[in-house]
Order: sequence, then structure tokens, then C-alpha cells
Amino acid sequence: MSKPLIYGLLLSILMVIAPHAEHLPLWVSALCAGLMLWRAWLTYSGKKLPKRWLLLLITVAGTAGIVLTFHTLFGREAGVTLLMMLATLKLMELRDARDAMVLVYLACFIIITNFFYSQSIPTALYLLATMMVIVTTWVHLQARNIALKPRVRIAAVLLLQALPLTLILFVLFPRVQGPLWGLPQDAYASTGLDDHMSPGSLSRLSLSEAVAFRVSYNGQPPRRDQMYWRGPVLWQFDGRAWTPGRSPFPVVPKFTDLGQPVDYVVTLEPHNKHWLFALDVPDKLSITATLTDDFQLLRKNKVNARLRYAARSYLVYHANLQESPRQLKRALQLPPGQLDPRARQLAAEWRAGSKDDADIVRTALAYFNKQGFVYTLEAPPLGINSIDDFLFKTKQGFCEHYASAFVFLMRAANIPARVVTGYLGGEYNDVGKYYIVRQSDAHAWAEVWLAGQGWVRVDPTGAIAPDRVERGLSAALSDKAALPYMERNPPQWLRNLRFNLDALANQWNQWVLGYDSERQYAFLSRLGMESITWQKMALNMSAGIGLVIALFALYMLRHLYTRRPDRVQAAWLRLCRRLAGSGLPRAAHEGPQDYAERVAAARPELAATIVDLAARYSALRYGVPGDEEAKRDFLQRARNLKV
Amino acid sequence: MLNALPNKFRAWLFRPRIEHGAIMLTQRRIFIIPTRQGFTLVFVLVVMLLGDINYNLSLGYVLTFLLTMMAVMSMLHAFRNLAHLEIRAGRTEPVFCGETAQFMLHFNNPGRLSRYQLCLVQAGESFWKNTHAPLQFDAPAGQDTEVAFPLRATRRGWLQTGRLRLYTEFPLGLFYCWSYLHFDTRCLVYPKPLGDAVLPAGTAPDGTGMRNMAGDEDFSGLRKYTAGDALPRIDWKAYARERGLQVKQFSTPLGEELRLDYADTPDRNTEEKLARMTRWVLDAEAQGLHYGLCLPNGELPSNSGIAHRDQCLRRIALFNLDSETR
Repeated sequence: MSKPLIYGLLLSILMVIAPHAEHLPLWVSALCAGLMLWRAWLTYSGKKLPKRWLLLLITVAGTAGIVLTFHTLFGREAGVTLLMMLATLKLMELRDARDAMVLVYLACFIIITNFFYSQSIPTALYLLATMMVIVTTWVHLQARNIALKPRVRIAAVLLLQALPLTLILFVLFPRVQGPLWGLPQDAYASTGLDDHMSPGSLSRLSLSEAVAFRVSYNGQPPRRDQMYWRGPVLWQFDGRAWTPGRSPFPVVPKFTDLGQPVDYVVTLEPHNKHWLFALDVPDKLSITATLTDDFQLLRKNKVNARLRYAARSYLVYHANLQESPRQLKRALQLPPGQLDPRARQLAAEWRAGSKDDADIVRTALAYFNKQGFVYTLEAPPLGINSIDDFLFKTKQGFCEHYASAFVFLMRAANIPARVVTGYLGGEYNDVGKYYIVRQSDAHAWAEVWLAGQGWVRVDPTGAIAPDRVERGLSAALSDKAALPYMERNPPQWLRNLRFNLDALANQWNQWVLGYDSERQYAFLSRLGMESITWQKMALNMSAGIGLVIALFALYMLRHLYTRRPDRVQAAWLRLCRRLAGSGLPRAAHEGPQDYAERVAAARPELAATIVDLAARYSALRYGVPGDEEAKRDFLQRARNLKV
Repeated sequence: MLNALPNKFRAWLFRPRIEHGAIMLTQRRIFIIPTRQGFTLVFVLVVMLLGDINYNLSLGYVLTFLLTMMAVMSMLHAFRNLAHLEIRAGRTEPVFCGETAQFMLHFNNPGRLSRYQLCLVQAGESFWKNTHAPLQFDAPAGQDTEVAFPLRATRRGWLQTGRLRLYTEFPLGLFYCWSYLHFDTRCLVYPKPLGDAVLPAGTAPDGTGMRNMAGDEDFSGLRKYTAGDALPRIDWKAYARERGLQVKQFSTPLGEELRLDYADTPDRNTEEKLARMTRWVLDAEAQGLHYGLCLPNGELPSNSGIAHRDQCLRRIALFNLDSETR
């Protein structure tokens, strides 16, 4: 196998593996890189490939390493890692064309595994470039002595021709809603809110720029301080972390005294959890989901693909004016024992000095506002009495600290309360006319139950850092250094660029990545297709592809089917026909010279001209390519000959 | 796959036709089927598609479709790689039995498109396993490519290529695109000359005396080497001076005449006799003698020179063969 071919295969494998380096265990990346370098060096120096037993040893050791790292061989991560290790090992025992073909197919397969991690536009472009390299190598494999330039050209032509056909297939290929079989646990990546809140969990999430979901409002969007996107509701506190606990008797929630509805469409990024996000409080939803007794929207299956839904919410409401005693009891749970005595003490003092529950709430907020609390991403660590430490010692925290402490104080003062997590606000994208809600918008707040008002949202963060609620995270933090660059105050052009890119990404998500059976149906109906069945789609698809291929065939083979003799030859043939008309047909075996001599003998008056013409013709047709002058001269003379 | 076709249809589809002149590969002469590798790709694609559906990978669909469509388009490219090639059979030089005959074929590619990785093989062999390595070549755009198809000569007489299969798997090796070429071109195979054999005694026209070897010493000039010339006669000094292989020619006194008679050969069977006669003709020509040929089915009068030698060899090669013509 020639060196350029091996370099091509090496490059192909390198390009498909490189994007994986980010999430592969370090030792696997190192092993793959080492093997490829070794192979490149062997090729360069023309040395022999390593012995079989050595490769076998590496394979066994590598597989054992993967089992040790992942504790399995069959999960997605472990499988992908194994596949990549085997591909690099295959490079080491490249002996004939069949091995090389296996590698080409493997490379294509590894490209697919890349899509588990990213399906963004840059990934797609990068992998298109990779395909180009792979196909070029593939062509090289078939024709060993073809130069680089025609090789690249043929690969490019094949790819470009396949693109429109791919589009037809993509649009019309009947979609089946997966999964077809049970997926391993680690099938989907997940970033986002958890239903477990402990000090530091939200501030860590706030550092992520990743998009949680995108929202477009139908009509006027609500005020920013109304954009509370409700997520998991947490009831159970163990002194450090909040968890949902278990609802004993699910009751259908009741909303009364509703204000103006807000309609919007959410495109939720997959987060591999059950819950959906909606503005407080949700009423209608375009997809099936359960509304729990604490107003969460839960999906039956985990959201592991991008999900689009329309929803209607009421921002002004009374929720569960008649709450069941069980729920109220749950909302008063405190960790057992005597944790956080000073906080309990403080709450008891408030209770003693206030006339009603609402008064205590106001007192608590005023306390946060006046006692020198700082809103920061970098809260100092807390001890075993986490609430006491926060309230009386460190006095620095992020929204989860405030929500947690506030709910604790309320419960200690005998007011039913719970923690609600979700997102607050979002960034308006001028280009796409929608809001982007990122992980950095994650937020936690509190809800208290007041007689006559039901569950009321109280955001203690608003008491310390009102800017967080009204203007967003970057406005509220004094120490912005910890934030991602784009969350600080980037220049306007950068902001616009980001909006444009995000708008593009949104379209990409909606139309390319989110193209499922529903969207396909909707799109085809909009194109005017009626009563869509898969048979009909298949028929249309075949017809479309057949047509495009026929067009390509016509274009590609046009040179082959139209024979254009050059002008000189055409003139000569015309002359021969004219002479044939006068009784002197040219025999099949006769060259111009012989024919001219025969004509000259039969028609002495033409002799000089015809012999001269034949000589000129021979020179033009069989000699060195003549100049235009000589050609024109010949054409002129041939035409002027009177037969 | 091909075997599944009913025999009659196959026989009609691939009916043998012996042709002369130029063959233009039109679409009616070109056949195409997927290769084993093509079927492997189908398998890979199905696995990919299942993965896409299962994990709901939109870009996975795109990649799978892209590969599928590239494979389909490669069929058209494979076809185009053969279509409208013009093939003519050229002349072939006679060879001795045991040597390899080179059948010259001219592949004229009039278009602007280079044809890559064309393969030529005898049609009798199976599709997938070539017992002989196929002859591989490219036909650049706008050129006439001359290709020598080697065939080992194992019997004297006429050697024919039989049906040749011209095929290509370019560009991706997923489709096997082929056409049959069956030219009436043939190559004359002389019997393999005996290692060494003493020439029979010559006779002067008056019928007296032994052949005078002294004539050999009269050097008269050089001529180009042709297959079969005796090695001692090659002018090695000239060869060393890079003038090519030259053979020393000697004049023979006129009247020296040699009669190479089939009846004079001491061997028992015909082939051995013919082998000896071949050697005689070569030696006689190399020594510049006048010689005539006498076979049971006819005689050639005494003469000398390359043309005469070739004519003698031809008569020997075709002796007692049914296919003997002209």
C-alpha cells in the first residue's frame, strides 16, 4: 500500500476521532494519538508493521482499561471509546485493500457517534470536510495511481451531486419515532437544573453558557420580573440539601382570579429529565404532560430530544386557596434535631412580634435587605449548621442560599413554605425575535402559603439584589470576573453577532435537528401534499430522486453522446461527400493522400488543388496542432473548391 | 446475482460476438452490478439508519443519506468511466510457443474525461476471483492509449484472446461495470525451437559436395535483431555502445543451397519434428544460407531473408492444423 494512501487513511481517522478527544478518558486519547504517531513514523521510515501478538496485547490491555474505566463495555460512552481504539489499532495492521475498506467504513461510523455529543452547525461543517477527506482516500484506494488533484475533484463532484439528493431523502424519508429498543442509561447528555439543591449547585450552573430553552411570545411579552420559569419544586430539607420529597395525595391544583393570559412557544433543549418549563402558573399545553399538585409540568418520558411546545400561562392568579392539610404539613417540615438553633430563635422572635403571616414575610425580606447580605457567585463554604452560618456569619450567597434560608425561616415561624427552582428572565434576540434562556439564568425562589391568598411567590434574592430580577445576573453581581465573558458587558457588535449566530442555530435546531415525524407532516402539508402516508412519501421520494439522477446523467453523459468532429474534419468530410456526389466516393480504407491521388488521376483539372488540400488536411489533423490562421485558410480553400 | 438470471436470458444478453475494426462502448454493451463491497456498504448503511432512528440523530440521517446517494451516484460514474471508449485491436507480433504473446489494443478516449483504473481480463474467469491479475491501465482524456494484453502461448498455430472482459470499479469500488470485447485478432505461434540441432547437409545446385561453412566468414553488414536470431551472431560490441541489438550478417557464396525436409528429421512425433525444423530455419537464416522448406503438404522454394524465414516459420506453425487459413 502506497504511502500517500496510508497518510490519507491516517488523516481520515484522525479527523473523525479528534472531536471525541474532549470527552474521552485521557489515557484513551493518549493511546490513540500514540498509535497514530507510531503508524505515521512506520510509514515515513518504511519500517515493518508490528507483530500480531503485540497488537493483540495492546487490544486486550486497552479493552481491559475501558472496562475498568467505565465498568462496562456496552454503554454508549464505553462503546464509542472501544470503537475508536479499534479503529486506530486497525491502522496498525493495514495489510490489503480490504483492511483499508474496513477503516473507511469505520470512519463513517465514528462520524455518526460524534452526533451524540454535538449536532451544531460547526460540527456539521467540520464533518462534511471530514467526509471529503474520507471520500478522497476512498477514491485513492480504488485507483492507486491517480494524482491528488483529480482524486479531490472526483470526491468533490460525488459529494456535491449527493447533496441535493440527500435533501430530498431528508425531507421525504418517512420518519420513525425512536427509540426502537431500550437505550443504555448514558445515552443522552444532560446539563441543567437538578431536583436536588444544595449550597453552590445553582451558582455552579450559572457559569454555563449553554442554552436551556428558547421562547417566542405570541403578542406582548411580560415584564422581565414576571418571567419566572417554573421547574422542580423542593419540599424536603435535610439541613443542607433540598429535594422534592413525595406527595402523598396528588390533588388537581386549582387556580382562581386569573388575569390576562400569556401565550408562548418554548423550544426546550434536551435535559434528560421529566419536567418542562412554563411561566408561573401554566394552564394549557400543546403536548401531553401532567400538572402536579405543586404546579410542575411533568412529561411521561424523559426529555431527551429537543422538544417544542406551545403553552398558556397566567401571571396573575390565586393558587390553591384551599390547600389540603397534608400539603401544608409537608410545607412545614424542618430537619430533625436541633440544627440551626439561632435561625429558629430568630423566627420565633418574628412570630412573637408580628400580627400575621404576611407581616413575617415582610420582616424577613427587610432583614435580608438591611443586614448587609451580599449577592455573589463565590459564597464561602458553610458548616454543619448551614443556615446559621449563612445568616449570621458569612452573609454571602447566591439565590439558592437566600431561597433556602428564607424557606427555613418561614417554616420555623410556622408559615408553610417551599423552594421553587427554575429560570428567571432571558436574553432577547433581536434577530430571531425570541428570548434565549441559558443555564446562567437558573434561579431559585420561595413560595409561601398565606390564608386567603394561596401560594404566593416570594423572591428573597430581589430583596438583596433587585437588579437580578429586573435586569439579569450581570447587572446584579459586583464581582463580574467569575462570569463568562459574554455574561458581562460585551461590545454591541459582538452581542449582535451572537444574536445572529443564535438565530441561525435556532433555525437549524427547528428545521434540521428537530425534523421529526410531526414536523415532517406539518411541512409536507404546507407544501401542498394531501393525505400523507408513508407509501406516498416513499413514492414521491423515489420519483424526486429518479428525476434528479436522470438530470445528472444527462449532464454527465452529454459529452459522450454528442460527437462534434472539429471544423477541419467537418470541412474535409463535406468535401469528400461532394466528390462522392460527382462519382468519386472515398473508400473506407483510403487516407487523404491516397484518395487525393485517385481523384487527381480521375479529374486532372482538380489535381493540383485536391492534392494540396489533402496535404493541408493531413498536416492540420495529424500533425502538430496548427494555428488558427492555417485552419481558416484550409476551410476557405475547401469551401471554394468547385467539384 | 448473475447466476439467478435464467440461462436463456443470460445467453442472449451476453451473446458472443466476434468483431473486427473498432468497438464503441455504447450503453447497450455496458453492464453493471454491485460488488461485494457494495453489499457490505448496504449493510453498514442499514445499521447506521437504525442508529439514527433509535437515537433520533438528525445529522446522522443526513450522513446516512449522503453516503447512500454518493454510492448511487458512483454507479453513474462507473458507467461513465467505460461509456464511449473506442477500442481497436492492433497488430500482434508472432511468438514462439512458450513465450507470451502481446495483443495490442488501442483505447481511444475522445472525450475530455480521463478514464481511470480500467481492467482487462479473459472473460472465462469468475467475476469475483481473478486467477490472473487483471491488466490495469488508465486512458487519459483525448488520447489514444495502447495496451498490450499478455497471453501465454502454449500451442503452435493461431492464438486468440477469446472474449475479454473490460471492467472498472472506479470510483468507489461499489459497482462492477463491465463490457465484453471479442476481437478477431489473432497471433501466430511458432513451435518452440529445439535447443540445438545440426543443420542437414547442404547441396550445391549441381548436387555435389558438402556445404561450405567458409561462407559464414564473409561479413557483409549489420541488421536489427529479430526474435529467434542466434545469440552468437549478435554484435555485442555494438550493443555495448548502446546502438541496440544488431545481428551480424554474412554473405554466402551463391549457389549454396539447403533443403530443410520434414522427411529428414530423425524425431518420431510431428511436434518434435516441427520443433527441429523451426530450429533449422532459424539457424539457416542466422547463417545467411539459402534454404528451402519441404513439408508433406507443400514446399517453399529456396530463398533467404527475414520475409522468407517468417513464411517458412508460418508454414511450420500451421502445419496440419484445421484452423489453417491462407
